Amino acid sequence: MADPMKIRAKLDGDVLDVRVLMAHPMETGQRKDGAGNLVPLHFIQTITAQLNGRPVFQAETSQAVSRNPVFGFKLKGAKTGDKLSITWTDNKGDKRTDEVTVPTA
Amino acid sequence: MTRTLALCAAAALVAAAPVPQAAGQTKPPAVERDATTEEFEKFRAVLEADNPAELFELRGAALWKTPRGPKNASLERCDLGLGPGVVKGAYVQLPRYFADTGKVMDAEQRIVHCMVTLQGFDAAALAKQPFSNETRTPDPVAITTFVAGQSRGMKIAPPQTRPQEREAYAVGREIFFYRAGGYDFSCASCHGEDGKRIRTQQLPNFTRPEEAIRSYQGWPGYRMTGGVMHTLQWRLNDCFRQQRFPEPGYVSDSLTALLTYLAVNSKGQVYKGPGIKR
Repeated sequence: MADPMKIRAKLDGDVLDVRVLMAHPMETGQRKDGAGNLVPLHFIQTITAQLNGRPVFQAETSQAVSRNPVFGFKLKGAKTGDKLSITWTDNKGDKRTDEVTVPTA
Repeated sequence: MTRTLALCAAAALVAAAPVPQAAGQTKPPAVERDATTEEFEKFRAVLEADNPAELFELRGAALWKTPRGPKNASLERCDLGLGPGVVKGAYVQLPRYFADTGKVMDAEQRIVHCMVTLQGFDAAALAKQPFSNETRTPDPVAITTFVAGQSRGMKIAPPQTRPQEREAYAVGREIFFYRAGGYDFSCASCHGEDGKRIRTQQLPNFTRPEEAIRSYQGWPGYRMTGGVMHTLQWRLNDCFRQQRFPEPGYVSDSLTALLTYLAVNSKGQVYKGPGIKR
């Protein structure tokens, strides 16, 4: 089971500033373990954001992204009380979804 | 769907880059501050806003609450010095004397003690591979990170009221100045004078209160190189390795004594919570 994300959402006018910390090993497929064997590729492939259940953002990411990455974007038209959920899916099919309620500005 | 939701900016992914470690926040008066240090501090300020250490705080919080181990108990009855289950503010008041064990203990040592006594974990097994690597973060590391995070913004205030606590400080000071090993080093060789540096890294003088905070500040810390979480137990272990000393025991009384010396010297300074390192 994947560890929870840390989602920070800050409202500035009608622009929502979202910062997401994700716990993921993000293996590049290039690294060798202690025994000298290649550690297989393991990385977040897609990140999607939904506002009140409606998709508002989708990103496809590669193994070039660092371990435990920070992901940030800005969203227009959000308001206090909206439910923002973030989902990532990795190349092994593992998934994690976390949700926050947009706080007052 | 009438309302249009527009994305203002492309997503930004912050990758970890290997950069020299900066000096901390306090300005050492004797050291001239150079451009490299200034620039790095700006870089660090950006990173601190989104520190992956928070992920380990979350994990540690979950581990604290979950019934685990052979006794299937949670750590919610663990006494970190402020009473069973009280985590808020405990970290900045450690190391301290505990009557139940009859000795002074630091945060991680006490957490391991609780895991052994309350949850029934095996102390020897926990000490076997106590430090994080790329694929594994030991539970005591995550729990210590959680506990440290619960003292964010508080002043460092380790008690020195009991004789055992004063003795730990005295022993710690002795260790700090003790020269030995292949290089005839002591902690004080690098951290006992103002204005020293290794390559681009300025070395804080831990004997002065304004700088001693830098022994505590930033730990537990997320190390960008490798993306691993480390505590002061690891940091001190690595200091002894660099001095070519024999390896100190994990959560040993010697390390607690040294941590007592560093904590007491940092007394009154504000702890900023788990940090981020190069």
